Amino acid sequence: MGDLLLVTIQVDMHDQLALTLQDDLTRAIDKNGAKGVLIDISALAMVDSFIGRMISDISAMARILDAKTVVVGMQPAVAITLVELGLSLTGVATALNVERGMQLLRRALSESHDDHFIKR
Amino acid sequence: MAATNSIASAFQKRREFIQAKWSEQLAAASTGSMKGRISAAELNQQSRDFLDVFNPAVQAGKLQDIYAPEWAEVRSFLDDLSQRRVLAGFSSSETATFIFSLKRPLFDVLKEESAADVARYADAVWDATLLLDALGLYTVKIFQKTREEVIGRQQQELLELSTPVVKLWDGILALPMIGTLDSARTQVVMETLLQKIVDTESQIAIIDITGVPTVDTLVAQHLLKTVTALRLMGADCIISGVRPQIAQTIVHLGVDLQGVTTKANLADALALALKRSGITFTKH
Repeated sequence: MGDLLLVTIQVDMHDQLALTLQDDLTRAIDKNGAKGVLIDISALAMVDSFIGRMISDISAMARILDAKTVVVGMQPAVAITLVELGLSLTGVATALNVERGMQLLRRALSESHDDHFIKR
Repeated sequence: MAATNSIASAFQKRREFIQAKWSEQLAAASTGSMKGRISAAELNQQSRDFLDVFNPAVQAGKLQDIYAPEWAEVRSFLDDLSQRRVLAGFSSSETATFIFSLKRPLFDVLKEESAADVARYADAVWDATLLLDALGLYTVKIFQKTREEVIGRQQQELLELSTPVVKLWDGILALPMIGTLDSARTQVVMETLLQKIVDTESQIAIIDITGVPTVDTLVAQHLLKTVTALRLMGADCIISGVRPQIAQTIVHLGVDLQGVTTKANLADALALALKRSGITFTKH
């Protein structure tokens, strides 16, 4: 979708899969020159501390590659688990669903475009 | 063993007599508030039913151990009786009296049966006392347990009643919290609120703590957890109804509420929420 990437997690994550995702995603950002990444985890029913860390890691990596990450559709149970684990994912933007996440990204991107590129 | 036999034979031979006397005792004991709850006929029926299951158990021996399989039927009868009496509003002593009042008629019969042999009579009385005390205590135990279950259920109901999530506007939810916040309650509150956020796709939640009497470090921590969970799901949270005293306590406790929007009252919070949603009002 233009300069946005959409990642949908459909299966239960295990550690190896998470690492593969990290690898693939960073490569995809680089290849497509993506400016925004949407991670849809609405189908994810269970998390552990590793997956929690992975989410914030991916966000940090994307930031270094100059892309903004938004995590969308987190289930209540997942949110509670992460909080209980003490992972507040500071610095990771969140949104209720893909649509809202997309709005958030578009707005953030258009702001940064205004700042740096468009000269009249 | 002789004593056991004499109790068993007492029941074998004089069952009707014991039952009649026992009913009298029960009727005499049921005075005052108890009278309105149970009729004499009902009591009579209960004592008859009890002897129906009690008699075979006594005949089987094993008077020392009421948890033996031979006593299973007696126990289940007493379970049922205690439970019904809890629901009918009997007190624990009134319930225990049901068993204890069997002593008098039983001792009378034992006396008549073994009048000549004092040692034998004493043994029989001792065994009968042990047995009936055990049964009485068992009844009280069940009574207590049922009471606790009732209390537990009421607590649960109270918990559910006290955490309503209200929709204030399209995309704005409010949660008026009333009463003390403990871990169990916060858990329920968090779950209901988060689920409601998913269901209604609301973007802003207002937690109103006007009805929370005190805020200590634990409560503050619970609030922070809820706020973090909401943020993780992509919703915004405003805490409203912070009273001056609570503001003072929070600062004195050194709790860091940075990054959490707080408002003094619900109206201010709603105004902010509407503003964030891009809704404006004009006066005509």
